[in-house]
Amino acid sequence: MSLDIMTPRLTASPFTRANPLSKLAAVAMVTVVVMLSVDWVSAGVVLAAELLLMPVLGISAWALFKRGWPLVVAALVGAYGTALLAEKTGAVVFEAGPLLFTEDSINSGVAIGLRSLAVALPGIFLLLTTDPTDLADALAQKLKLPHRFVLGALAGLRLVGLLVDEWRTLGLARRARGVGAENKPLAKFAAFLGQAFGLIVQAIRRATRLAVAMEARGFGGSQRTWARESTFSRVDIWVFLGGALVSAAAVTAAVSAGTWNFIFG
Amino acid sequence: METIQSTTAERGRPAAVTAEGYGWRHAGRKDPAVSDVSFRIEPGERVLLLGASGAGKSTLLHAIAGVLGDDGEGDEAGRLTVDGMHPVQSRGRTGLVLQDPESQVVMARVGDEVAFGAENMALPRDEIWSRVRESLADVGLEVPLDHPTTALSGGQKQRLALASVLAMRPGVLLLDEPTANLDPDGVLEVRDAVVGVLERTGATLIVVEHRVAVWADVVDRVIVLAASGGVLADGPPAEVLNAAGTRERLIEAGVWVPGYTPRLHTSLPTGGGNGSDGGHGTPGADLLRAADLSVARTRRAGPVVNKVSLELAAGEALSVTGPNGAGKSTLALTLAGLLTPAGGRLEAAPELRRGAPGTVHKWKSAELVTRIGTVFQEPEHQFLTHRVIDELEFGPRRVARLPEDEVRRRVDAIAERLRLTKLLQANPFTLSGGEKRRLSVATMLATSPDILVLDEPTFGQDANTWAELVSLLGGLIADGHCVVSVTHDADFTAALGGNVLRVADGTAQLQAPVASGRAA
Repeated sequence: MSLDIMTPRLTASPFTRANPLSKLAAVAMVTVVVMLSVDWVSAGVVLAAELLLMPVLGISAWALFKRGWPLVVAALVGAYGTALLAEKTGAVVFEAGPLLFTEDSINSGVAIGLRSLAVALPGIFLLLTTDPTDLADALAQKLKLPHRFVLGALAGLRLVGLLVDEWRTLGLARRARGVGAENKPLAKFAAFLGQAFGLIVQAIRRATRLAVAMEARGFGGSQRTWARESTFSRVDIWVFLGGALVSAAAVTAAVSAGTWNFIFG
Repeated sequence: METIQSTTAERGRPAAVTAEGYGWRHAGRKDPAVSDVSFRIEPGERVLLLGASGAGKSTLLHAIAGVLGDDGEGDEAGRLTVDGMHPVQSRGRTGLVLQDPESQVVMARVGDEVAFGAENMALPRDEIWSRVRESLADVGLEVPLDHPTTALSGGQKQRLALASVLAMRPGVLLLDEPTANLDPDGVLEVRDAVVGVLERTGATLIVVEHRVAVWADVVDRVIVLAASGGVLADGPPAEVLNAAGTRERLIEAGVWVPGYTPRLHTSLPTGGGNGSDGGHGTPGADLLRAADLSVARTRRAGPVVNKVSLELAAGEALSVTGPNGAGKSTLALTLAGLLTPAGGRLEAAPELRRGAPGTVHKWKSAELVTRIGTVFQEPEHQFLTHRVIDELEFGPRRVARLPEDEVRRRVDAIAERLRLTKLLQANPFTLSGGEKRRLSVATMLATSPDILVLDEPTFGQDANTWAELVSLLGGLIADGHCVVSVTHDADFTAALGGNVLRVADGTAQLQAPVASGRAA
């Protein structure tokens, strides 16, 4: 019943087996390119590549939609807002009262919408195909981040799942005392604050106990070995190259189409 | 490589634990948590550590594990050593298992969890995995290494915690009430795993537990800490538990001494002045009726128990029993009007309705708290304020909106009855476990509900609190309240009497009433 963030059911694809660091690098490359320019060509190329790669990455459209639909809504809202408010140059496409859309304002809107989707998708891909434990292993063993920090964060992430259940229980427990059924907004807000405070108290208790349990098992010393070895394999080369290729294609296409619009330029 | 091999061999050896006038005072506290404790525990001895709540048993165990913290977190007195070394230096020689199965799991998968301690000892990878397999076999946990730790039962989680410390090959096992949160099957499961481990490793054992019967046959020595500091008694179990002087004092301290059932206070006439709050007083009157009821924690999670049909009447007790995870709490919370039924019907009878709608889960706060009260397993979940008095006044004043003199009258009576009068100005979060339990019951009684629902009210309670609770609930039933308890505690069920509803495999069966007052 609790949130399964620690042992997600990952898709069985080569991408899942790749080292989290190479995935992280590929995602970073693609994201940076999309961020650098506001134009619909580069964003469109990246988005198309992402959608085409989905079968290779073993991601089903349905699983993606279930997690990602708020982003689609946000992208549409963003696109509409931009088209409505951007500079009204070019031919008028549609006009009704205060609503005025021109070719250029629609172009900007489409670019913003595509861009937000193109930036968001790789992050979701990473979540859907990466086990948090693998990521922690890679960060500590390959990137040499301090193991106390990495494992502390991993243990903390596990507590988040527990706290989701705890929040629900707290809500019921407080309702039994007569809190939170008032319909006045101010009373509702006060009840929310109280529940949040209760959650913080419980979170600190659990974290303290977990810290004791970890310390009792020798955590925090300077020396440490790893039961699971984080390795790079041939898959990682493909993942890295894939990221580089998509980024290069996006820049090339946008520059040759003359739409490349460097944000710092 | 060679140094690791030799330390590996050394770590398997049973360790001695010695205390000489040892004491610890937490920073910012006036009185020490532990003081003037002296003993020598030989390698391989099996010791049960007893004492009243607040005598410092857990603190002492944490001190031996070397996890009390440094100078900033408290002051140490005297000497405490594990094999002649300060406990902080000998972490890894000691293996600590805590009470709460939930909050000592570090990793997401079973194999990784057991490997965690061995990794921290910087063992080579092959050695780690051979120890992981060996430790899991030792505690009899036969699940795949990549099994999610969240998918384990409470008993399995505690065996996992045991395996996790075994992978470090400790010389001393330190168990801090390892079975207090488990159902009866889980208790035996964990106890037997510990016994098996001790037979194979010969490790020294120090266990804190106030249900003495669980460990009495396993240990060969009992050390009793005095609440005022020092050691009250120290010797073989038979001697310590039966010697006239110590036995009396253990019973007085709330320890569950084998062969002694806590004495219940004769059912007090509790009605005194409560007549005007209305509703209960007609024993046998129907209050709540469930027909083909299905219950679910959330709509998405789907129903866990189906086709429950029962009636709750005034002056009646109902115990909901069954294995962990069967959906007992979900059923109880639905009966209490806190969860929306997933199917079937749940209807309040006119006697309970008194002008409110018949659908219980739609009641407003003020309607709910004056009709059904729910006491959660963790008292802290229900604390809303920073003073005991404010907790007690919250329901009558802020929710039920009773006149001020009525609020005063009720709060005074309830504080008196649950022995909270001296604690009225205290912060609820700083109370002892037993006091928190009494307060959480008191806050519910303050609005005088007809039905009181309790989730595992006796979990982890000492014998004194247990007896108080049973006496109080017995009194409420005699007064015409209906008491519904989710419980694993057979003594509690027997003492309250009434019907037993057994929840298992998605259904609920009403069983024959148990004889009342067996424990009296």
